[in-house]
Parts: sequence; structure tokens; C-alpha cells
Amino acid sequence: MMLIDPHAHMISRTTDDYEAMAAAGIVALIEPAFWVGQPRTFVGTYVDYLSTIVGWERFRAGQFGIRHYCTIGLNSKEANNEELAEGVMEWLPRFALKEGVVAIGEIGYDEQTELEDRYFRQQLTLARELELPVMIHTPHRDKKRGTSRSMDVCDEMGMDPSWVVIDHNNEETVAETLQRGYWAGFSIYPSTKMGNRRMVEILKQYGAERIIVDSACDWGISDALGVAKTAKLALESGVPAETVHRVCYAHALEVYGKSGQMKESDWLEPAAIDQRTLFEGNSILRGGREPRIELPDERRSQSLYID
Amino acid sequence: MPSPCPPVDLLRTWVVRQAGDQAAWFEEGLARLAAGAVERELHIVLGLAPRRLGKADLALDEADLAAADAVYAGWNPSGWSVDGAARVAALLAHHGNRPFAEMFKDLRRTADVAELVALYRGLPLYPEPEALAFEVGEGLRSNMRAVFEAICHHNPYPRDQFDEHRWNHMVLKALFVETTLAPIVGLDERANPELARILRDYAHERWAAGRPVSPELWRCVGPFATDAAALDDLDRALGGASVEAAAAALALHASPSPDAAGFLAARSDLAARIAAGTLTWHTLPEAED
Repeated sequence: MMLIDPHAHMISRTTDDYEAMAAAGIVALIEPAFWVGQPRTFVGTYVDYLSTIVGWERFRAGQFGIRHYCTIGLNSKEANNEELAEGVMEWLPRFALKEGVVAIGEIGYDEQTELEDRYFRQQLTLARELELPVMIHTPHRDKKRGTSRSMDVCDEMGMDPSWVVIDHNNEETVAETLQRGYWAGFSIYPSTKMGNRRMVEILKQYGAERIIVDSACDWGISDALGVAKTAKLALESGVPAETVHRVCYAHALEVYGKSGQMKESDWLEPAAIDQRTLFEGNSILRGGREPRIELPDERRSQSLYID
Repeated sequence: MPSPCPPVDLLRTWVVRQAGDQAAWFEEGLARLAAGAVERELHIVLGLAPRRLGKADLALDEADLAAADAVYAGWNPSGWSVDGAARVAALLAHHGNRPFAEMFKDLRRTADVAELVALYRGLPLYPEPEALAFEVGEGLRSNMRAVFEAICHHNPYPRDQFDEHRWNHMVLKALFVETTLAPIVGLDERANPELARILRDYAHERWAAGRPVSPELWRCVGPFATDAAALDDLDRALGGASVEAAAAALALHASPSPDAAGFLAARSDLAARIAAGTLTWHTLPEAED
């Protein structure tokens, strides 16, 4: 089964993770622009970060047979540094139309401050101007209210809900997100967000419609195999394969594909130029082997030799 | 700068030929840029190029390649893509207020992978090539192989602009990132004794680590293999697998040392093929048994 992880901060992950994700069936992933665990204090470091996710990280993923896409945005945490935020906002349009940029994101609220609100709205306007989908980060604290408010603002700004992914949903937010017509993302992230056993129960209750599963793996204790493990557990728990295919592959492709920058042919029949420069091919697509879930530690311990 | 500039005309012709119903968009864009449009317009043309024109390989025949070589000796656009050619054409067409190198730096800082490749492939065609030295250094230091190759392969800029130090490190890095040396323009012309020394040291490191040595390495060593130690290295390679032995034979053939022929005699079969012209650096990849 081909899988997409539509939310993975690979800039913080090792090559072991890329290998494990490719082995588990991930053919494409999306790296949302976010903060990097501590605040940036110069506009230039933010610009270089954006340059990294449209360039270097894309190349790195390609070496493992994974197609890398990204979203461009000013995140809610760093929106609170007005001087930095003003500088970053000037650069965003330059990056938003780069190859492989599939959305404006992840944007939204952290502490729900006035500054967060200002730049959230400005970026929704930018997404409309550039005809790009939007990935919305919902806050960890005061989550339910923050999630509702995120959608209120989108509605107020005239956003088409079918172009907007509300991410990091949980049992408390999912009903409203779906009822209002938005895509509902779930991040399978230990301890703080969603667990995959809970995710399976949500799939049983709500079905596949407009639900998207991601790992949100980053610099914290998180799991690059969040999507693969959820897909496996769901199948083992009797969730129909078609449902798993939709929430772990097809829906992400449908919404982020609206950007015109993400197509199934990117990994099934890549352009010759990409095969030479950017994408070494996926061993699973080449019929090399069955997808499998393995942990880097297991593979490391199997071999004593480092050649 | 003379106007119209020949490379931009060539690129325009090639792109338009494959642009289908987007030809008008492309030509109008070039015209606006040539007429002094602001840099933002340039950014838009560069950004939209792959969306409008696709990413197919540029379809070039012998006449096109000859025309390219006539514009700039050694410029070989085979392997360019339509969007890449369009981007370079846009850069050449644009007449802005800032020095070219400043504008280039700005574009490079925000470029995605395909843009970086296009920007660097165009190097031989830009005005004031010497002003781009720093920018080229940034590209050479890139870990993205395609970006490094955009400078290193089929590109006469290094041959004409690099000092010996930078040239030597480009060749060495090409071996490090396991790309081929044959597409480097001026590889034989710019070979030098210091490079030969660096490459022999590198071969010894590889041997010590039990790793293979690229047969192409010996191409830059042969003409400077004058002492016994260098000839011993070539002799060792001559005892290697088929391609490696063939490369060593070619290098011994190129050596100015009177002793080289003695080593080469051990492989009279390879010597005969060199004499007959069937074994050359161009045919080397086919020397596999």
C-alpha cells in the first residue's frame, strides 16, 4: 500500500527515518514550515530555513525514493515577534510559488494573541491570491476554542473549506471540523496529540470522509512511522482497506494536489530531469520488496560493521 | 552588451519549439523583461516557467548543439530542460537596475533545486562572469549533486574562470560525490601537476580504506606521471579490473616518462587497442569485459 505522510518535519530527522519510512511504504511527504524548537531571532535564519525546505530537504528525501513537498508560512509562535514577522512576511511570496510548495502553512494560533491573529489573516489572504491550499495548526492549549476560532476566521475571510486542512484534531474537535466542511487532519504523535489506537476508533466512528492522518514527526519525541503504523493497525482492526487508502494517501493528494504541485505521476512516472537530479526512485514502486515497518534500532543492532 | 544577444535567441528558439500554446506567454514575458520590467516580473516568469512550460528535456539535434558551441566554445546544453532553458533566457533578457551578480545572488538565495540547476547551467552565458566567483563557490560547496553537476558538467565556465586551486578541488569533489569526470569541459586542458599529486594521494587513501578507485582519476595523473612512485601507482591500477586496467593503460600512454612504455608492455593487448584508437577516454566506460 502506498502511503503519504502529509505532515513531517524532516529537517529534524535522520537518514534512518527516511529509510524506515520508505521501507514502510511512504512514497511522498509534506514538510510544513514551522518553528524549529526554539525561536529564530533573525529574518535571515528564517529565510534560509525556507530555502532549506524547498531545496536541500527535497533533495535529501529523493535519495531515499521519497517525494518531498512543503508548505510555506509564518508559524503562530514566531508571529509573536513582530519585527521578525514583518520581515518574514515580505519574503513569503518569493517562496510560495517554488516547485513542490503545496500550501500556505502551517499557520494559525498558538496562544491566540493579536499578533497571531494579524499574520494568520494576512496569510489566508496570500493563499487566496496565490490559489494555494492552507494547512492550519490548531493550538495545544485552549484547543477546542482555538480550533473553532481558526475556522471562524477562515469563514470570515471567505476561504473555501475544501481548500483548508485543520490539523491536529482530536476527539473533541473532529465533529465540528467535519460538520463545517473542512478537512480534518490527525497527527499521530505520542503523548501530546493523537494515538493510533484512538485514531482507529475515530475511523470506525466517522469513516474516511475528509479525514487525513499524519505523523507530525519533528525534533520532539515523535514517530516517523506514525502513518504507516496507523495504517497497519487500522487494517488489522478491521477498518476497510479503502478507508485506510483514503485517509493515509488519497485525501492528502486530493487537497494538496489543488496546488498543481503534487501529482501521483511525480512518484509513479517522474520526469526524466527529476530522475537524473532529484529522485532516485522508490524500491517499493520498482517492485523491490514488500513494505515493512522496522525500527532504526533493530536495523542498527543487526550489523556490527560500519563500512 | 550587444543586443540581441545570441544565446538568448538560441534559447528562445528551443523553448518556443516545445512550448505549444504557451509560446506566446513566454515570448511576451521575454519582451517585457527586455523592455526593462521590474525584478518582480522576472521572479514571476522564473516561478511560472515549469508550471507553464513543463519540465521535459530540451529536444536538441546536432545542429542545435553546434550552434551552442559556436556561441560559446564548450557550451553544451544537452540535458537541459525546457523550464531551465526558459529561466536562463529570462535572466539574459532582463535588463535591470542592479549589477547582474547582485541579482543572481538574490535569486540563488531563494532558489529551489531546479532553479539552482538552471541558474548555474547558464554561467557561461552571463555578463561579467568574473563577478560571480563567490556565487559559484556556494554552488560548488552544495551537497546537492545536481547543483554541483550543473557547474561541473558540460559547462565551460570552470575551464575559463577557475583558478588552479578551485579547479583542482572541483575535480576532487566530483570524485568524492561519485560523479563522472568525462563531462567536465577542459579536463585535459586544465590538468596540472598539483592536481595529479592530490589525486594520487586520494587514490592511496581509497586503497588504504579498501574502497574502489574511480578509473577516471588516472586521466588527470598520466601526463604528470614522471617519477617512479607515480608509475608504480599506475602499475598497481594496471593490475586492477578491466576498466581500471584500461584507464591505467591510457594514463601510462600519456605519461612523458621513458619508463612508461615498459609498464604498458605488460598489457600489450591494451597498448594495441590504444594504438588502433579503439581504446580512448571516451570509450573507456565500454572497456568492461
